[in-house]
Amino acid sequence: MGYELKLRVWRGDQDGGDLGDYAVEVSEGEVVLDALHRLQATQAGDLAIRWNCKAGKCGSCSAEINGRPRLLCMTRLSDFDPAETITVTPMRTFPVIRDLVTDVSFNYEKARELPSFAPPPRDADGKRRMAQVDVERGQEFRKCIECFLCQDVCHVVRDHDDNKPAFAGPRFFLRYAELDMHPLDTHDRRELAQGAAGLGMCNITKCCTEVCPEGIKITDNAIIPMKERVVDRRFDPLVWLGSKIGIRTKDYDGRTEV
Amino acid sequence: MSTGQGSTGVRGPTRARIEARTLRTDRWWQAPLTTFVVFSAFVVYATVRAFMGTDYYAKPYLSPFYSPCLGDCVEGASDFGQPFGWFPLSAALIILVFPLGFRMTCYYYRKSYYRAFWLSPPACGVAEPHASYTGESRFPLVLQNAHRYFWYAAIVVGLILTFDVVLAFRPMPGEYAIGDGETGGVHMGLGTLLMIVNIVLIWLYTLSCHSCRHAVGGRLRHFSKHPVRYRLWTWVSRLNVHHGRFAWYSLFSVALVDLYVLLLATGTIQDLRFF
Repeated sequence: MGYELKLRVWRGDQDGGDLGDYAVEVSEGEVVLDALHRLQATQAGDLAIRWNCKAGKCGSCSAEINGRPRLLCMTRLSDFDPAETITVTPMRTFPVIRDLVTDVSFNYEKARELPSFAPPPRDADGKRRMAQVDVERGQEFRKCIECFLCQDVCHVVRDHDDNKPAFAGPRFFLRYAELDMHPLDTHDRRELAQGAAGLGMCNITKCCTEVCPEGIKITDNAIIPMKERVVDRRFDPLVWLGSKIGIRTKDYDGRTEV
Repeated sequence: MSTGQGSTGVRGPTRARIEARTLRTDRWWQAPLTTFVVFSAFVVYATVRAFMGTDYYAKPYLSPFYSPCLGDCVEGASDFGQPFGWFPLSAALIILVFPLGFRMTCYYYRKSYYRAFWLSPPACGVAEPHASYTGESRFPLVLQNAHRYFWYAAIVVGLILTFDVVLAFRPMPGEYAIGDGETGGVHMGLGTLLMIVNIVLIWLYTLSCHSCRHAVGGRLRHFSKHPVRYRLWTWVSRLNVHHGRFAWYSLFSVALVDLYVLLLATGTIQDLRFF
């Protein structure tokens, strides 16, 4: 049941490059990464691709297929018409290294800027305790495989390179939200999220959610709740007044602003 | 210069050199175009109706654009008095700022109009045409953070529109009756039915709001310490998934009720009376 797949693959580096046309034999049930591996094995031995697990769990093979950010290993050829030409390019938000491999170090720099989890002292028996319902809340965010497709598709940095220093991106707003919802964390990162991380730049157009291969509702469950928490901290006069006269819940008691 | 079209962005010097603004092959322009056309049509219709100042009341139906009718309204339309009786323009302009503000600052509508009207971005993976971008970090868009206040107002508006639905069941005098005329008891017509559908959709839209979700329980750190609020949060979360759908449906229903009242008030049609 094999057929000849028409592929267009971007080849090049920062000095220049172009889309090259190829024809590759593929079989039923294969994914785009299989086709690229066959291309690499039979016609283009120097084709650079970053990949690892081939199971959608390592987040290495992020690229753009017909202009849409996707994992190469999770994009089935059966989703396309056999007569269709499939175009594969590297992620267009990050500096290209060679062919389909980009330099994603921007994301690691942003990760370093985020103050890590700061738990309180342990209980007398040396343990820390959380109720199950509170543990479950953050599980969705823990599914992130750091493929950085959300960072790639986010127009704030994709279309405006100059925003990169001031904008952490959806992957890290997810982390900010996760920590802010964490019952044991002792940092208050709301000012930081709005200020240094640039949460206010997000205009919630939801592309991060659309491309997430793990199906995390980044916008609805992380970014918007985080925006609402920032409103509590910074923009809502009633919350401010309530906290002054002591009629708000003491959710941020014991937290230190970082 | 920083733009998806210019020297940085997807055509920046370090990025893979690809001239095309997007390589998407699907009809990515369809969704923003549809949004643009439908929202524009609604804005034009709502603006015309809001400024008309006439044909907004056909007993017992009051158009949602004019409810509560606080200006110099026609007889029977003002259920909460006329504190703005001196207002020289249409009474709709006094109150429309609240539902309008609620929708303008709504997280779902923001996504839609940023995409469809401001092309920021027009679709995922399609470069936007703007040279610079600051999002909602500066005036005026930083005011989007006032969404929760419009939500508070939307609850009041919802209650008033619910009251209007109750009034739409009022017994009707003989001259409004069809055929032999039934003058007593509860009345129900097609207008009542449309208003019921509308208020259900309005409430679904209002209660599925992201600010509502935050207020009822989302803002908590410990769900375990607030079981009732946690339960409420799970309910609102379930509705919240469909917030965009409710936004569209309620937009249509509110315009439809107004159109029905307009047609009744101008005598174009007669109310289809059930009992």
